[in-house]
Amino acid sequence: MILADSGLMVAQNIGFAVIAFMIVGAAIRVVTTDNVMHAALYLVMVLAGVAAQYILLAAEFIAIVQVIVYIGAIVVLFLFGIMLTEAKLGKSDDLDNKPMRPVAIAVAVALLGLLAYSLVDYYGDDQLALAGQTTAELGQTTAQVADSVFITYLIPFEVVGVLLLVALTGAIVLARRD
Amino acid sequence: MLLNQFLLLGAVLFCIGVYGVLVRRNGVMVLMSIELILNAVNINLVAFGTHLQQATGQAFALFVIPIAAAEVAVGLAIVLMIYRNRRSIDVDSLDEMKG
Repeated sequence: MILADSGLMVAQNIGFAVIAFMIVGAAIRVVTTDNVMHAALYLVMVLAGVAAQYILLAAEFIAIVQVIVYIGAIVVLFLFGIMLTEAKLGKSDDLDNKPMRPVAIAVAVALLGLLAYSLVDYYGDDQLALAGQTTAELGQTTAQVADSVFITYLIPFEVVGVLLLVALTGAIVLARRD
Repeated sequence: MLLNQFLLLGAVLFCIGVYGVLVRRNGVMVLMSIELILNAVNINLVAFGTHLQQATGQAFALFVIPIAAAEVAVGLAIVLMIYRNRRSIDVDSLDEMKG
């Protein structure tokens, strides 16, 4: 229904659909698999798919940042966390709180229904003005993003830098053996 | 392409993350589900940035990514402390705050 409405950009829509199915399938496996290591590897698939969606949205800088920071750093952090907590490799049946499952499914489905209803109701058939536009006209080039971060949002940027320093120092202090 | 394609993908990813946070007992896997939620938010931010033809969306997504990194670092340090003290990272067994 949604795909058929936007007759233009067929290749991009097919790419979107393939990647979106990959993301959703892998994300469902992240929250349902009974193997901790598999969950981490499915998470890589989700993150890579999201990076591909950023490319489709003409946001190439953030796609590269996604690959470097998420796949390069955060997933490695997760693998270290799995290793240091000596999680049981292979299948384990105590990863889920089983009585909680029906409640969690109900909450997730209700939330999805609410979000989907309000999104479809408000944004309906709004088109992304991607066709025939250059990245600069869309305001998405790396230079324009840099102007936005380092001029308009300079102070939040500095605050995020300090926050990252404080958080990582705190993590080292917490995790240190003494 | 429709704006809603990306927003609905973000909504689906968000709900899968919420399901994971609610149902998982392993602390590391709860953090993985939170990553799914943050990625859903980032998809929305970038989609709105492209829709409004402004760089602001990408700038905000660039703020979310380091916050996510900091959150995972502190979260894993806490999970590690819990593991050292209790030899288990079952978040459901942490019920000392119950009256």
